[in-house]
Amino acid sequence: MKKAIVICAAVFFAVFSGQGWSQTHSDAFRGKIHDPGKLQPTDSQLKVKEGDEAPDFSLPSISGDMIALGRYRGKKNVVLSFVPAAWTPVCSDQWPGYNIVEPMFREHDATLLGISVDNIPTLDAWTRQMGGLWFPVLSDFWPHGGAAEKFGILRSDGTAERALIIIDKKGTIRFIKVYDINKRPPLETLMKALERLK
Amino acid sequence: MKTEILLALVISLCFCFFCPGDAVSGDQEKPPRAGEAFPAVLLSVPENPASRSYLGLSSEAGTFEIGSIKARLLVIEIFSMYCPYCQKEAPKVNQLYQKIENDSHLKERIKLIGIGAGNSAYEVDVFRKKYNVRFPLIPDPGFEIYGQIGEVRTPFFFVVKISREEKPHRVVHTELGGLNGVSRFLEKTANLLKSADRED
Repeated sequence: MKKAIVICAAVFFAVFSGQGWSQTHSDAFRGKIHDPGKLQPTDSQLKVKEGDEAPDFSLPSISGDMIALGRYRGKKNVVLSFVPAAWTPVCSDQWPGYNIVEPMFREHDATLLGISVDNIPTLDAWTRQMGGLWFPVLSDFWPHGGAAEKFGILRSDGTAERALIIIDKKGTIRFIKVYDINKRPPLETLMKALERLK
Repeated sequence: MKTEILLALVISLCFCFFCPGDAVSGDQEKPPRAGEAFPAVLLSVPENPASRSYLGLSSEAGTFEIGSIKARLLVIEIFSMYCPYCQKEAPKVNQLYQKIENDSHLKERIKLIGIGAGNSAYEVDVFRKKYNVRFPLIPDPGFEIYGQIGEVRTPFFFVVKISREEKPHRVVHTELGGLNGVSRFLEKTANLLKSADRED
């Protein structure tokens, strides 16, 4: 009987644990969002850990520059914000928040790089819909997901995980967290991690 | 033993299929329209004494129901720190608050709050500081209130008539998106206040 109760509880939890969470839908994206439904929270295996040297990469940005991670070595702390895909609900609801906290990044002598596996035209159109962003947005489109793969955050469907990575001025990974793809990471987690760089 | 396990699975799955998720979470599919009851949401009591005083709340912690607010009409903005339109609209909503506060007749009768859908207290505070918001902003980190009011696009404005009796509070006006003119919205709300007074 005990086993039966446990099974009932497990099935109930599995079905309803997703209820009660959601994401907001800014009117800025009215009629423009593709909702993929609820996805497997994570789908990759990290290849790096905190304390490791960050793998270098060079990616094109929507402004037309090639940006290499190495350019910040010795100059700035870097926050990498990988998001899975443009024009999807949670991703469209993440970077616009970072757009109003530039001073908080500056306070920690950090810059932010937004990265997705979408191509440049898609990223350009998407970020224009956000009203423009202060930080560089990089396309990890070709070789597809190459930068995400170096960190071990490329999912089996070719999208990146929703991940935040902090790399200090020495090029060392000081914070790495892969979040549930269906949820937006709380801002305070990132800011607390930046505070720990001091 | 096998029969027990099979029975448990069948019972669980039957329950899952026949009991809609909304019934479990209490979520409302569509936002209430004018004339309909505003859901009985519970809001966190603001930590800031000035915000508590503005709303006329006696408790210093825990939660409150909108009926505790000393006002006739309550303007509720559903916003998110992460919403570009809410960011753009913030100075206009501040103007609305200031215009109400500058009017001795309206200031005691119309109150304004923001509910940060999916925003933690930290995130709401970032928004408050960024735009120098002086009316109370209330966090809704788990989307509970957002679910109850029908998962609206943001920003979304409800004007709710606060009931003095044991009746539900009624939505008297809603607007999706920007205020479409601060003076226009204020005039509309002032007219709704007159109607609310006439009904009493």
